[in-house]
Amino acid sequence: MIRTPLRPLARILDARQKGENPDAIERENIRLRHEDMRDKLRVRAEQRLLLLGIMYFCAFLVIGARMGGLAASEPEEPRGATDGASIVAQRADIVDRKGRILATNMETHSLYAHPHQMIEPLRAAEELGEIFPDLDVADLKKRFTSDRKFMWIRKKLSPEQKQAVHDIGEPGLLFGPREMRLYPNGAVAAHVLGGYGFGREGVHSAEVIGTAGIEKFEDELLRDPAREGAPLELSLDLTIQDAAEKVLYGGMKIMNAKGAASILMDVHSGEILALASLPDFDPNDRPLPALGDDPSISPLFNRAVQGVYELGSTFKIFAAAQAMDLGIVNPGTMVDIRGPLRWGKHRIRDFHNYGRELSVTKVIVKSSNIGTARLAQMIGAARQKAFLEKLGFFDVTAVELQEAKAARPLLPPNWSELSTMTISYGHGLSASPLHLAAAYATVANGGFAVTPTLLRQSGAQKGERVLSARAAKASLAMLRLVVSHPEGTASFGDVKGYAVGGKTGTADKPKPRGGYYDDKVIATFASVFPSHDPKYVLIVTLDEPEIHAAGQLRRTAGWTAVPVAAEMIERLAPLLGLRPEIEPAELAGIRLTSQ
Amino acid sequence: MRSFLYIMTTLAVIGLAFWAYHENYKTQEAIERTERLQREIGAARSRLSVLKAEWAYLNRPDRLRDLAELNFDRLGLLPLRPAHFGNVDQVSFPVIDPDGLDPITNSVPVSSQGEEP
Repeated sequence: MIRTPLRPLARILDARQKGENPDAIERENIRLRHEDMRDKLRVRAEQRLLLLGIMYFCAFLVIGARMGGLAASEPEEPRGATDGASIVAQRADIVDRKGRILATNMETHSLYAHPHQMIEPLRAAEELGEIFPDLDVADLKKRFTSDRKFMWIRKKLSPEQKQAVHDIGEPGLLFGPREMRLYPNGAVAAHVLGGYGFGREGVHSAEVIGTAGIEKFEDELLRDPAREGAPLELSLDLTIQDAAEKVLYGGMKIMNAKGAASILMDVHSGEILALASLPDFDPNDRPLPALGDDPSISPLFNRAVQGVYELGSTFKIFAAAQAMDLGIVNPGTMVDIRGPLRWGKHRIRDFHNYGRELSVTKVIVKSSNIGTARLAQMIGAARQKAFLEKLGFFDVTAVELQEAKAARPLLPPNWSELSTMTISYGHGLSASPLHLAAAYATVANGGFAVTPTLLRQSGAQKGERVLSARAAKASLAMLRLVVSHPEGTASFGDVKGYAVGGKTGTADKPKPRGGYYDDKVIATFASVFPSHDPKYVLIVTLDEPEIHAAGQLRRTAGWTAVPVAAEMIERLAPLLGLRPEIEPAELAGIRLTSQ
Repeated sequence: MRSFLYIMTTLAVIGLAFWAYHENYKTQEAIERTERLQREIGAARSRLSVLKAEWAYLNRPDRLRDLAELNFDRLGLLPLRPAHFGNVDQVSFPVIDPDGLDPITNSVPVSSQGEEP
């Protein structure tokens, strides 16, 4: 850089000659230099400011553009960081307790049409009519030639049908992917599984929603993406369910019954291993709900859960158990059974005349209405109510079925002393077989309340204690005697090696307009096995059974439901892994009586 | 010295840029591969679910029962009954037919712990 001297010699000498102050030149030069420096600095500062401004502008431009881009673009999953588990079906499978599939999904296609894109609508309609015989060709032709833009033709296609439609070669016929539900076992466990339907439908997909049974009850859980497609494990066992249905079907046919239901339940955990209701249906092709007043004629009706019946003498054991629990009686106490027992204009009778008095055990074994009514009188209405409430007879069952939410037991509007007496032998209170199963499980497991469930549990689920262990044990001994004693009402139910205990119940069917039928009954057998160490409760209910046996027409449970239940136990107990065993010789009841 | 530093810095920048470029391409390739694999996994899963459904359909109790009845002569399968439980001592020890045995060809010497036969 060339520096301009502050005191240039020529000008200084010149100024000195003229007598001027040479310092003025220096000051002038300093001033000029300062001005020069100032200008340069200003320019540089301005340039820097400009540069900074441009850079800020660019930075904000980039940020703004990025924000705008992010806001305007479709959200996208991070490409590199997904694990494969997210690629799953929209609805979880349902499996049984051993992992066998009860319900799964299938990919299929739906068929829809864009009539405005059709080239030969009439030919397409005719050929579609050949592929799907149930389509109305005339209607299809009319709609294909109308000015509609879109119409559904089929919701589900099989691969063969899809190929056939494809071969028509009509560009206006289009396929959309569609997931459908498949129940590979057909009608097995139909009432538990329920059925499915389509919710919101689009061309590219459709929502699969449950319409009944556990599919509806657990709909949200099955569709929850957070579960990542983990299957819903039921407590049912497919083998046992199928065997139960087959045996029950055979029994229903032999006993000429209109319908039948059975429940097999684990007494400790409340897990339902088999729940059958006949007649049944195929959930893959669920029939339409029945029209009319009586839903129970439809195969969709789940008799085991929805059917609210008076369950008859099966209730007697609850009166006996409670009386023993309260210490009013013990199994050997004699009860007056002289009949008929009059209460107002109502008379309580026994099926046969059993004499003047019977022990509590004998009242149960011979199923004496009068004896049980006497026990109920001793217990009293308030205590009976409280006990039955704890057994679960006052509310709907908590089982995971949509239908169970509506199956509320029918209680007498006014719980009089007469109600107390009739309810003790199962009349005047209607409940579903599932309620009965849960209550019998309580007696069988030593007195703990049981919540029936269809979901697999990890072990025993001990509820509140309802009954003392001593009373439960004595009740079990009575139930065993009902079956093992030659005079017992369920003597056909003795399956060798499984120590079956149980109680029969035959209730007249109520007429829809009040009163009872003389010739129509509901026969129920509630059984527990093996009774020295109960593991399972089996309830069998037959609707209007009739059989000619030993020379006369029989309707009572001892002749109808009991043999069916015995056959079921013989068939199911080995499948449950129970070896036939010789029961302990000394019965608990005998020991208690002697004390 | 100074210019050497400049040259080295420039070279380093070029080198790093080259490396970053390569890494970028490798990342994109990896992402594409994962996407392809995920598509394959998705396809495999749907195939698997179809196969599972088919397996469950072929193993449905109705069909198995029919098959067991059809092939009763060969298989002799019956529904399980209480009488079918047995004890281990009821199972007869397999009878070895001495004539049907193959001769020992490749014998292996084993220690008899000093005991002579």
